[in-house]
Amino acid sequence: MSEKLTSKELLTKLTQKHYADAINAKKEGRLVAWSTSIAPQEFCETMGIEVLYPENHAAAIGAKGGAIPLLQHSEGNGYSLDLCSYARINLGYMETQDCCFENIPLPDLIICCNNICNTLIKWYENISKELNIPMIMIDVPYNYEYEVTQARVDYIRGQFDVAIAQLENICGRPFDYQRFEKVMKISSEAAKTWKHAMDKAALLPSPLNGFNIFNYMALIVCMRGKRESIELFKTVAEELDELAKNGQSQFPGKEQYRIMWEGIACWPYLSHNFKTLKEYGINMVGSTYPGAWTLLYEANDLDGMARAYAGVMNNTNLEKQVDLRTTIIEECKCDGAIYHMNRSCKLMDFMQYELQRQVYMKTGVPYVMFDGDQTDPRNFAKAQFETRIQALVEMMADRKKNMEGK
Amino acid sequence: MDKLTGLFNEINSIVSHPADAVKKFKAETGNHVIGCLPVYTPEEVVHAAGCLPIGLWGGQTKLTKTNKYFPAFACSIMQSVMEFALNGVYNELAAAIIPAPCDTLKSVGQDWLTAAPKVKAIHIVHPQMSAIPAGIQYTKSEIIHIKNEIEEITGKKITDESIHASIDIYNKFRKTMREFAQVAAEYPHIITPGIRHMIMKGSYFTEKGRYTSIVKEIIAELRKQNKVNWAGKKVILTGIMAEPSSLLDLFNDYKISVAGDDLAHESRQFRTDAPDAKCPYERLARMWASMDNCSLIYDPAKKRGQMLIDMVKKTGADGIVMCMMKFCDPEEFDYPIIKKEVEAAKIPLLYLEIDQQMQSVEQVRTRIQGFSESLGQ
Repeated sequence: MSEKLTSKELLTKLTQKHYADAINAKKEGRLVAWSTSIAPQEFCETMGIEVLYPENHAAAIGAKGGAIPLLQHSEGNGYSLDLCSYARINLGYMETQDCCFENIPLPDLIICCNNICNTLIKWYENISKELNIPMIMIDVPYNYEYEVTQARVDYIRGQFDVAIAQLENICGRPFDYQRFEKVMKISSEAAKTWKHAMDKAALLPSPLNGFNIFNYMALIVCMRGKRESIELFKTVAEELDELAKNGQSQFPGKEQYRIMWEGIACWPYLSHNFKTLKEYGINMVGSTYPGAWTLLYEANDLDGMARAYAGVMNNTNLEKQVDLRTTIIEECKCDGAIYHMNRSCKLMDFMQYELQRQVYMKTGVPYVMFDGDQTDPRNFAKAQFETRIQALVEMMADRKKNMEGK
Repeated sequence: MDKLTGLFNEINSIVSHPADAVKKFKAETGNHVIGCLPVYTPEEVVHAAGCLPIGLWGGQTKLTKTNKYFPAFACSIMQSVMEFALNGVYNELAAAIIPAPCDTLKSVGQDWLTAAPKVKAIHIVHPQMSAIPAGIQYTKSEIIHIKNEIEEITGKKITDESIHASIDIYNKFRKTMREFAQVAAEYPHIITPGIRHMIMKGSYFTEKGRYTSIVKEIIAELRKQNKVNWAGKKVILTGIMAEPSSLLDLFNDYKISVAGDDLAHESRQFRTDAPDAKCPYERLARMWASMDNCSLIYDPAKKRGQMLIDMVKKTGADGIVMCMMKFCDPEEFDYPIIKKEVEAAKIPLLYLEIDQQMQSVEQVRTRIQGFSESLGQ
């Protein structure tokens, strides 16, 4: 009998499998899709289409230091430096098909859901045009109201029907509703298991090294319609429980401060960012990532599924975004917050100053902001990051002292 | 030319003093004025309520407060709009309708709540899958939401009949503006790029029925003028907007006239009419579903490049000028595809970066001069 794999081993194995499956599918003439990171993957999974995620792929390329040639390739084609660096990496890769990470196959179709930003629509339009392949669009209108309205749910439901018809046409066979039900169940179960594991970050001290969320995240994006992802997150949860039971943590050293990280990781400098935080005993226990893929709905409840995809964090109004961060800071018992002013993400950036102010008003937790970029290494300065963290540590220390004094 | 000059002066005065237009309307009618942010808003509903919809497309101003909300890399129109909002410039308005066609405008709609608390924010999100039945239904629900919000402001019901009547006025306005764009190209010695833009812009601060009459007069007067053989070159403008006006004066300096435009601030506003239907909301929803060739409207076929090429062929233009609004993602994504297609069609293309806060146009002058020379002037 083989020994049970650790979460780290399982993560590596599943990531490799994810890419290998897509490469094999392409070789065998089966369909491969590219998808945005929080699109309803349930449809493609039902039809047995292998799905790849350009945002994840770009992040991995960025983390491995291979972004520059692809960014420059896109810039040479006329893409402005001001555009999302994930998009520039992917549109560059689409032409070169050569990168420092897995060379993923080009898609036969793409699926786009703008619940995280409208930039995705423009990016995916260009893929569709350049590769002359069909695009499935699930348009999720921005929620200026606190909750997702029924009018929006109805509109998204209507698009599900269109997407299914498009897939039937592309695949040349009818949509398998029985399989769809199973996929919905697995996806919901995966979302619950993901949340269950990530919630352990809130324990005091946290058994989780917060930066590991950035690793686990790859699988909740890529495989949340597959059973294997449930196995991984169960393993993660078990390991965290075991650590917590023994008063241990994945986080190296003593957890002196707990912070919320706002925004996407700064992939090319992940190691630098982590080391800087670790030096001061700062563990990133709070982030919006766990919630982003907690897409909960009952199997066969298409209204619920529409509502889940429409209600993801980036698509909600400022009031709800403030409440979400406030809850994270409170539940994860954060001493401070770090805001990433990510040059690539205008939607996150242009509400961020007001978000910072309102979250601070509600929590009183000190915060700093740094300028960076998710994958363009040219838009980040190590010195600024380090100085800001120093400042945060001073503020957090003062606050702790004051609170202890009371 | 006297009557034309008089008409131009009238419009110039409106465009130069939009605040006066707001005060005058309120004094004369006792009704509210409602701001409409870029790019598309169902103005017809505002009009049907007896209110004056006015365009809030920024303008030249010194940015001193906007950095409270935006980092430096935000679109320059929205930087100006936010600056005006923070300075209370919009306080005469009863509300502002804020659509969300891009990530920047989604944010503006939320930031507005604290930046301009005195001016009620009315949000609208247009669907991108607008033509499917669920899309039509959803658009209707969003427009009805706008109607309800305006009714709350005025305290009066907006009837279906009044919306139908306003749609008809807007359809006439749109038709007249299309005609103007066509006629203007025949009189480049009179309708300079600056005057053309001014006439387009005037519509944002004037009741549309009245503005239609003014533009009709201009068209009639133009038709009385002699046509001359234009010795200069002609271009198509594409992008969000072509401002500041000093930029357009440069085109004039190098004898470049505007043969047509695909600007969001100009022709994209009136390319499409609302069709007939029993329900007025259906008419507006179907109009939205028919709109196309705009960076803010979903189009995986990316037909805009070909449309521009066709415009060049149809008007006999010598080239295309991409007026790239600084930090405008949707336009920046369209550009590489347009560039590829336009270059393949061997049509000269000039890329100009547009910033409403541009202090000096001298750098742009060099680029326009170079482009003019490349066109053989």
